[in-house]
Amino acid sequence: MTRASKAVTDSRANLPFVYRQYSAAQLREVLYKMYLIRRFEEGAEECYTRGLIHGTMHLSIGQEASAMGICMPLAQDDQITSTHRGHGHCIAKGAEVKRMFAEFFGKTTGYCKGRGGSMHIADVGKGNLGANGIVGGGIPIAVGAALSAKMMKTGKVVVSFFGDGANNEGAFHEALNMAAIWKLPVIFVCENNGYGMSTSTARSTAVKNIAERAAAYSMPGVIVNGNIFSEVAEASHQAVARARAGEGPTLIESKTYRHRGHSKSDRNRYRTKEEIEDWMSNRDPITLFESELREFGFIDNKGIEAIRDAVAQEIADGIEFAKASPSPDVRDTGNYVYTEQA
Amino acid sequence: MDAMVRELSYAQAIQEAMAIAMDMDERVFLMGEDIGVYGGAFQVTGDLVERFGTERVIDTPISELGGAGVAVGAALTGMRPIFEFQFSDFATLAMEQIVNQAAKIRFMLGGEVSVPVVMRFPAGSGTGAAAQHSQSLEAWLGHVPGLKVIQPATPYDAKGMLLAAVADPDPVMIFEHKLLYKMKGPVPEGYYTVPIGKADIRREGRDLTVVATSIMVQKALDAAVVLEAEGIDVEVVDLRTIRPMDKQTVIDSVKKTSRLMCVYEAVKTLGIGAEVSAMIAESEAFDYLDAPIVRLGGAETPIPYNPELEKATVPQIPDIITAARDLVRGAR
Ligand SMILES: Cc1ncc(C[n+]2csc(CCOP(=O)(O)OP(=O)(O)O)c2C)c(N)n1
Ligand SMILES: [Mg+2]
Repeated sequence: MTRASKAVTDSRANLPFVYRQYSAAQLREVLYKMYLIRRFEEGAEECYTRGLIHGTMHLSIGQEASAMGICMPLAQDDQITSTHRGHGHCIAKGAEVKRMFAEFFGKTTGYCKGRGGSMHIADVGKGNLGANGIVGGGIPIAVGAALSAKMMKTGKVVVSFFGDGANNEGAFHEALNMAAIWKLPVIFVCENNGYGMSTSTARSTAVKNIAERAAAYSMPGVIVNGNIFSEVAEASHQAVARARAGEGPTLIESKTYRHRGHSKSDRNRYRTKEEIEDWMSNRDPITLFESELREFGFIDNKGIEAIRDAVAQEIADGIEFAKASPSPDVRDTGNYVYTEQA
Repeated sequence: MDAMVRELSYAQAIQEAMAIAMDMDERVFLMGEDIGVYGGAFQVTGDLVERFGTERVIDTPISELGGAGVAVGAALTGMRPIFEFQFSDFATLAMEQIVNQAAKIRFMLGGEVSVPVVMRFPAGSGTGAAAQHSQSLEAWLGHVPGLKVIQPATPYDAKGMLLAAVADPDPVMIFEHKLLYKMKGPVPEGYYTVPIGKADIRREGRDLTVVATSIMVQKALDAAVVLEAEGIDVEVVDLRTIRPMDKQTVIDSVKKTSRLMCVYEAVKTLGIGAEVSAMIAESEAFDYLDAPIVRLGGAETPIPYNPELEKATVPQIPDIITAARDLVRGAR
């Protein structure tokens, strides 16, 4: 990322990290993308309710700052592995919403040609190696990608996103240990939204903070407020620098909250309305970022309106694109099981 | 006096069986992910936590290997756990404890112990959940001596076979098709068991034996109605248990009809159809066959997300009708 010019940097000396690090245009782009994630998921939810999308989906509404902050210092070549709650990661890493919608509609123009759907959304071209239907499934894969980067000397770093629930899978522990002993360029990002489905971290996890588990694998464990874009981006920035320098992995715990239920069939019986309401009205990551941008003079109300309008247009166009796209031919059911060879 | 019979869904029948087992025997308890206040991903445990408390309806962390192993250890030492996998696909994470431990401990220790664990696996496709949440892996476990593997196809059997599984001294794996959970059927109140290892002739017929499992039983019965109108009389055998398999019922049926078709959702090759076919080929029923055996199974592909593709990967009623017609009329 290009740094803001020296003069501008000085005038921002007392501002939080991202306002010193990035240009106004870049920061407005971040706001655009945070809205894009939110409206994409709202759009997908509405299409689901109207029966245009089938299956189920896991919405990350409320977690946008986490996805954006972590991906901020990543280059296009850097890679991520994502989760069942992966729409935000996918957009943050550079995916086009029209091809994501097309995937959700099961169309050939979708990122997975209609084979994967929401739970397997990916954008390999932009370095997103895929969401995952298996909790914790992507963590060792990220370590493998980091091993490739090291062996092939590509200079890439790899981010593995996962939830608080995933940190109780064996795969998490085995993967962190290997990343540490081989000093691999990988960043483990635990998006702790307080619950794995209905089970709170207090009931599922022996440590209070998941970042504490980093100590067991001799890597830095960092806790950030996942709803504050600047905090997340700063931690990611440091972890990326460490990984690129060959110093090994970092575990970042990004504390956040999902506003929606776990999936489309959640009755929210394990948490209170007040708790949800509190996070929605007082700690919404987009509202928080927007007011900082306004306060520090990076954007005004007109600018925000313009972003919202442009996002709405991109979403509407994306849904139209998906609707107009062709469905796969049922005779092609056997495609992609093995690599086609000439 | 006969027990009162009500219409229950398959899920309700399982829940009732678990409640009865827990009422009857203090050693019975439930473990699984989100089976407490959430009620289970498919609402099978429902409100049981309110009745039996969190000591006996235990939400585990998302730790399938460890969780299944804890259930095995508890079973080994006197308890009677019923362990729910949230989706049967996650059995893959627990294979070590299921295959190397639960199935073999009794044998390896020369019969000194047994492992009376019950594991439940919501299985199958049809929900748009894509490749990692739609598999039918029962034949994997059916390949392991030491395990018993059942696939009840009706609410009645779901309750009776679960109660039989809890009473069984050895590990019993129950594969429950997710699309069956809402299916309704008559279920008597109170305790009864349906034996593990016994197939059920769900419809008698002269022209063709269809051996089906799980959700394919109902599809075969529906196909049989259409075929009857065309003068093809189908016998539908619900296998119910895939290990140990009830060979005699299938052999006797084939001897009567002289034709065999196997219908199951799992990937066609190297599965239940291969086993049933080979078993018939090895038996006295072989000489009675008037036509080659037919297998209708899942396509050789992971389950796709797109709904039309998803349907095309598993046998549907029209596929059964066409295949049966060809088989009986000699098109094959
Ligand atoms: C191995 C495995 N176990 C269970 C599930 C079912 N499941 C899907 S998401 C989920 C909760 C995951 O919680 P967390 O890791 O905190 O992520 P979040 O959903 O909160 O983003 C569960 C239990 C699964 N997909 N894979
Ligand atoms: Mg979580």
